[in-house]
Amino acid sequence: MPDTAARDQSGASERGVKIPVLEREKLVLNKRSYHWITERVCGVIEGRQPGIWWALFIPTLLMAVIGVGGGLTYLVSTGVGVWGNSNRVPWGWAIVNFVFWIGIGHAGTLISAILYLTRQNWRTSINRAAEAMTIFAVICAGIFPAFHVGRVWMAWYLAPIPNANAIWQNFKSPLLWDVFAVSTYFTISLIFWFLGMVPDLATIRDRCRAGVRKVLYGVFALGWRGSNRHWSHYETAYLLLAALSTPLVLSVHSVVSFDFATSIVPGWHTTIFPPYFVAGAIFGGFAMVLTIMVPARFIYGLEDLITQKHIDNMAKIILLTGSIVGYAYIMELVTAFYSGLPYEKDAFWFRITGPYWWAYVAMMACNVLAPQLFWIRHCRENMWIVMGVAMCVNAGMWFERFVIIVTTLTRSFLPGDWKMFYPTWVDIGTFIGTIGLFLSLFLLFLRFLPCINIAEVKWAKEESDPHYDDKKARPDEGVLKEAAYQRELSKGTAEV
Amino acid sequence: MSTTVTRVYGYVAEFESASALYKAAEKVRDAGFRKWDCFTPFPVHGLDRAMGLRRSILPYFVFFGGAAGLATAFLLAYITQVVIYPTVVQGKPANIFTVPAFFPIMFELTVLFAGFTALFGLLALCQLPRLHHPVFASRQIHRATDDGFFLAIEARDPRFSAEGTKAFLEEAGGRNIELVEEERR
Repeated sequence: MPDTAARDQSGASERGVKIPVLEREKLVLNKRSYHWITERVCGVIEGRQPGIWWALFIPTLLMAVIGVGGGLTYLVSTGVGVWGNSNRVPWGWAIVNFVFWIGIGHAGTLISAILYLTRQNWRTSINRAAEAMTIFAVICAGIFPAFHVGRVWMAWYLAPIPNANAIWQNFKSPLLWDVFAVSTYFTISLIFWFLGMVPDLATIRDRCRAGVRKVLYGVFALGWRGSNRHWSHYETAYLLLAALSTPLVLSVHSVVSFDFATSIVPGWHTTIFPPYFVAGAIFGGFAMVLTIMVPARFIYGLEDLITQKHIDNMAKIILLTGSIVGYAYIMELVTAFYSGLPYEKDAFWFRITGPYWWAYVAMMACNVLAPQLFWIRHCRENMWIVMGVAMCVNAGMWFERFVIIVTTLTRSFLPGDWKMFYPTWVDIGTFIGTIGLFLSLFLLFLRFLPCINIAEVKWAKEESDPHYDDKKARPDEGVLKEAAYQRELSKGTAEV
Repeated sequence: MSTTVTRVYGYVAEFESASALYKAAEKVRDAGFRKWDCFTPFPVHGLDRAMGLRRSILPYFVFFGGAAGLATAFLLAYITQVVIYPTVVQGKPANIFTVPAFFPIMFELTVLFAGFTALFGLLALCQLPRLHHPVFASRQIHRATDDGFFLAIEARDPRFSAEGTKAFLEEAGGRNIELVEEERR
């Protein structure tokens, strides 16, 4: 009822009072039209790729082929012992990398599901890329548990299928929960990503000239025609998937943390693990979103769609989750101290002062101290600092998993087992390979799929409201609009 | 020699904005048309009511999909762990009291089945994939996925008339009114 509101506040204006209203930041700058948005986002796919795309794609593809392809071929043909498993940190490296990658994925689902449910409209221009990142990160994560079984052709033993020995999986084990959680997460993320992309694939289909491209985009667009009878069901389906994904994303990293928390190993057996892991996953994921979106925004000239406001918001989420993670680190120490258990205390004392002190320091500096820069507005607005902090967080989150897993297992209950952990070159090569795989998949995504949700960005524009004409014809006289702070405005680089 | 038969789909009219389409949709709804649709580049919130559409029934499907997932997970875990192959491991019994250890898997399969139901339920309700549709014969409908707001009234609607409907759409503010005909051989 815009009319009633206008009348009430006009009453205030008759008394000479104007109610100050802070306007929202604009999510699309420079008054860009619907057609401009289509042109710019589809232009990324339709135009020639800039040289830097090839300069990044060829090395990352080589990393993927040599590291993952070569490393795993060597592993399968030789035996799982080529990963440094012959010490008391069995599969340590594989678990570190699995938890690292699966955590990266969480920001994508957070942006697409939780920010959707909480009506955070700024998610619209980053959700597509973040969801793609989720899918690729889960693919990278899945490599490690799939191949750590050694005889990878036996990996189907993980699935609850009746086998010749009539042995069933242990459904009480967190490891089997993990199988279900990660595979469900991957499937639902894929559905969510694909469903969100259908209207945009139709946009590309309608722009293509007849040919193979038109057929392929047409098939995946499912014959979408923008019918409102479809949009009605579509929006319901999207809302339902968001509502399903929200608890799912919280459950996945909780289940991953159960792998540790349900054991009786000092340093792992803590109830703080599920929330601590989830906050850390979102933290690391947002850093990865920034790591890949800030350069993509610059290379493809998407500054009017991914504004400083978007980056500012992501920086603030990194600050929040980084502080939660910092709290968890301190709380772990306090709990260990207060428990009075010698094993628990020793485990943490070893982490800080033992031979792995450098990993602990790296974790603390990168995850807790570096994001604190984001309290300062200047640091959230300077892309070099944003990228620097994001890189620190990427590294820091890897070190966090290294600290949790390796430092704990190198000091187990039997002193005879105490030994330093050294990854083999196959270990390191495979991990570098997954970085290459992740980046090359993301570059292919930028090349072939719409990297920004075209339909939702259009929807977030002011004039997409069906009552926009009425509101413009009868502006609210009783309010005094105050422009929100927006860096592009105050610097005069954009018109709003 | 082949004969060409044309089949009339109906009128397609363009409107200049989401607001204009919204107002026109209310008029078309009130005029009592049944076989008609709006085509927009993004979901226009509120257009459902302007078109007189009811809420989607998809949530009911998804609820039962989720319930089926929950039941599947419970039976899968309970039958294999307690009935067929009872094993006491991790200090957990092999009877009804072990069910809390199945909660994570019950949750995951609930979400998985509900998610699949949402996807396939949506496709069923929208009758997609359907790669060909008569409205694609229009010269301008491709702009509905870019920046065009369209309203189409089908010829099979009982209130449709070649002259009257065109005049009605013009009066409602429609531009570029086009009679969409599909050629059939």
